[in-house]
Amino acid sequence: MSKFRNKEKGEMPAISTASLPDIVFMLLFFFMVATVMRDSSLMIENRLPSADQVEKLQKDRTIFIYAGKPSAEFSQFGDEPRIQYNDAFINLEDLQAAIYQGIGEMNEELQSKVVVGLKVDKKTNAGLVSDIKEELRKANALKVMYIANTKKVE
Amino acid sequence: MAKRSAPEVNAGSMADIAFLLLIFFLVTTTIEKDKGLLRSLPPIDDTEVVPPIIKQKNLFTVLIGRDSQLLVEDELMGLKNLRQAAIEFLDNGGGTNPEGESCDYCKGKRNESSSDHPDKAIISMKFDREASYEKYMDVQNELVAAYNILREREATRLYKQYYPDADKVFTAMLDQKEKNQYSKDEVLNERIETVKKLFPMKLSEAEPDKN
Repeated sequence: MSKFRNKEKGEMPAISTASLPDIVFMLLFFFMVATVMRDSSLMIENRLPSADQVEKLQKDRTIFIYAGKPSAEFSQFGDEPRIQYNDAFINLEDLQAAIYQGIGEMNEELQSKVVVGLKVDKKTNAGLVSDIKEELRKANALKVMYIANTKKVE
Repeated sequence: MAKRSAPEVNAGSMADIAFLLLIFFLVTTTIEKDKGLLRSLPPIDDTEVVPPIIKQKNLFTVLIGRDSQLLVEDELMGLKNLRQAAIEFLDNGGGTNPEGESCDYCKGKRNESSSDHPDKAIISMKFDREASYEKYMDVQNELVAAYNILREREATRLYKQYYPDADKVFTAMLDQKEKNQYSKDEVLNERIETVKKLFPMKLSEAEPDKN
């Protein structure tokens, strides 16, 4: 019996923290890989509508178009809903050119499968969306995805 | 000169540096996957073909008014009833398709005054320019849901034996297609097309009136 008791008397050895950097680095690499830096900052209010019949979007073949009211810092642009492409507001008539440019920047084999992702604020008028769609038809980019938040099915 | 061994670098602060970076990336990371409703726009048609005349009974009209109210088949309707109304319209099967076949898989009421066949049934949607995008998306969502429910039903009827564990057979089939997108599975594609063909999505959008 005394054999065992002797051992317990010894102090608890300090936990080695030598592998802590390794663990942290592992986490670090995970987040570095998973991080996508936002390349365009939004200049508009963008609260998406919700839907429950959603499909996944394939990012590699998508051009994003944003629309909505200019946000508070850009209130000098008025409070009518505007279209944003990349980093700037564009007018409806420039949309076609923007789409062609977006398609041109894409990988060649995906160019025929281009999808236009519409991120439109839910307070926007449906009229603006139909104007955008009309321009997309003219640019012959016929696949559209109305991007929405996923609503849980009750 | 006497050869000195280089002093060992203290690696104690390595963890701190790594933590700092880790926290930075933790804060900036947004793991998000965009999702949405995928729709196709009609191509611009310059040819002067007279559009075929569609019987009123094969047309299901949905109108979104300026104040975001819904007018379905000329009657006011709440959003939550829209899905069921659309299903009843599509699933009616009161007559025959252009090939003269009657709809043997429809489970509707076979009402003479509603749609003839899913092949002929068209949902037509029109909205006021002033209507909100949120309402527009809600309506789109309900109409797509109606098609999905019917397709799901048919997929279950035809292919349940291949997916005994799946809760939703059509969803399972689409998931499988996406998973194997680099190795084409002809049988699966054909099955998906079969289901889609039973209830072809005919959702037309009229241009809103310019004012």
